[in-house]
Amino acid sequence: MSDWQRYWVTFETILTKEILRFARIWVQTILPSVITTTLYFVIFGRLIGDRIGTMGGFDYLDFIVPGLVLMGVITNSYSNVVSSFYSSKFSRYIEELLISPAPNWVILAGYVAGGAARGLVVGAAVMAVALLFTEIQVHSPAVMLLICLMTAVLFSLGGFINAIYANSFDDISIVPTFVLTPLTYLGGVFYSIELLPGFWQGLSLANPVLYMVNAFRYGLLGVSDIPLGVAFGMTLIFIVGLTVYSLSLLRRGVGIKT
Amino acid sequence: MFALDAQQLTKVYKGGLQALKGVDLQVEEGDFFALLGPNGAGKSTFIGIISSLVNKTSGRVEVFGRDLDRDPQGVKSCIGLVPQEFNFNLFLPVFEVVINQAGYYGIPRREAKARAERYLRQLDLWDRRETEMRRLSGGLKRRLMIARALVHEPRLLILDEPTAGVDIEIRRSMWSFLRELNAGGTTIILTTHYLLEEAESLCRNIAIINRGEIAERTSVTALLNKLSTETFVLNLRGRLSELPELGGFVLQALDDCTLEVEMNRDHTINGLFDALSRNGIEVISLRNKQNRLERLFLEMVDRRAAASEVGA
Repeated sequence: MSDWQRYWVTFETILTKEILRFARIWVQTILPSVITTTLYFVIFGRLIGDRIGTMGGFDYLDFIVPGLVLMGVITNSYSNVVSSFYSSKFSRYIEELLISPAPNWVILAGYVAGGAARGLVVGAAVMAVALLFTEIQVHSPAVMLLICLMTAVLFSLGGFINAIYANSFDDISIVPTFVLTPLTYLGGVFYSIELLPGFWQGLSLANPVLYMVNAFRYGLLGVSDIPLGVAFGMTLIFIVGLTVYSLSLLRRGVGIKT
Repeated sequence: MFALDAQQLTKVYKGGLQALKGVDLQVEEGDFFALLGPNGAGKSTFIGIISSLVNKTSGRVEVFGRDLDRDPQGVKSCIGLVPQEFNFNLFLPVFEVVINQAGYYGIPRREAKARAERYLRQLDLWDRRETEMRRLSGGLKRRLMIARALVHEPRLLILDEPTAGVDIEIRRSMWSFLRELNAGGTTIILTTHYLLEEAESLCRNIAIINRGEIAERTSVTALLNKLSTETFVLNLRGRLSELPELGGFVLQALDDCTLEVEMNRDHTINGLFDALSRNGIEVISLRNKQNRLERLFLEMVDRRAAASEVGA
């Protein structure tokens, strides 16, 4: 058996474990996002949206669909990895992996794939709910799926780094509450950045969520505040940066070895 | 080739605590080796470095000739670890815990299932395979940690305080299992800080670690030969009216029917019984007052503590 075959078995084991984990507790992991976004569709789409009119040439309800789907992907990818990896640190069963010959990149890939899997499952569920409220014709399924996957990977990496540094369960909720939620809400989920004054438009460009929401909006509706190439390029840069950083943390044993 | 060859191993934790001060330790392939030491002596740090859970400050570790720095994956694949603390996902069933561990070592699922079944049966856990970890007793968890550590069939099994908190029956069955495993060729290192009976009963060679240094490294037999005296407690048939004078033996009556006898290594038990018979004293049973290894261990630890205080 070659090293690559062994690595694949290890990756598959971590991924299966992660999928089973969130599937077993689907009421906690999948359902809340579906309910929350349904409420968003009802309140912002049906009740308030009709009074807003159009945005970017689309009904407000159609305009917010991409952002809401991606919001589900972002929060679920992140929270899956941060809670799973931190729990494994807290209860020390991360040691099962640390003593094994699994290379760091396989461990990282397994957890990130697990987080991405939950993000995509929730994204698909939210999309299914959206289709109950709207009649969107998907502009480019390939763009939509690719940016969805990249977003899930990026925020899974973010969750992993958060879990590495976390020393308590409080620490794994601080970043989602004080960083992730503002970034998501200010990332153009509910509005076009063209509505913002110049300074705030410029500042918005530092928000990685903006690129992903706009790329996803392009895939779904065919419109975007950001050129598609820039959106993909920026997302890829963030992914590479966080991957390199995560591997460096694992190599040095930060937060997991003494 | 050594199963384990540690040279000049040091560990300084953040905050300055020097847990290991240049530890040299070799363990022969096929050995059943005990690493003894009081709490905080550096045992778990030493084990942690070998099993890649603790970053060493300096020094070198080789496991079956593989260098930990140059070939960490090779070293890891040779080692099975039974840690001191329970480290399970408490919500997983027993079978899944063992299969996942096999998966981390790259063992395909079908093979993993077969091995998991074999070790769970050997350790009397097969009937509990669907039970969630949190529902297992402490003794069953200890046994599961052994099954989990063996699923990739390591050549070196390290057990850190393996029978802590385990009742006598389970402890004995674990000892028997470990003896068989060692007879099958697996090198075993176990650490203990209080169950010296365990080390005396199971191990051939021994090292005593104290304050981050190896205080002694020898065979269990050689170590026991260092005892100059031994103390026995005798239960007598009749009541003792008067304490007899026996040359070469120091006697003390614990009560009317119990006698404590200290004898040096020049004398034999036969000689003691002869002398007691001549004085009309019949013995029903006898036992060691203290585990012999425990006594030696405490003597050594006390000696080194006194020496370091003088040095300071």
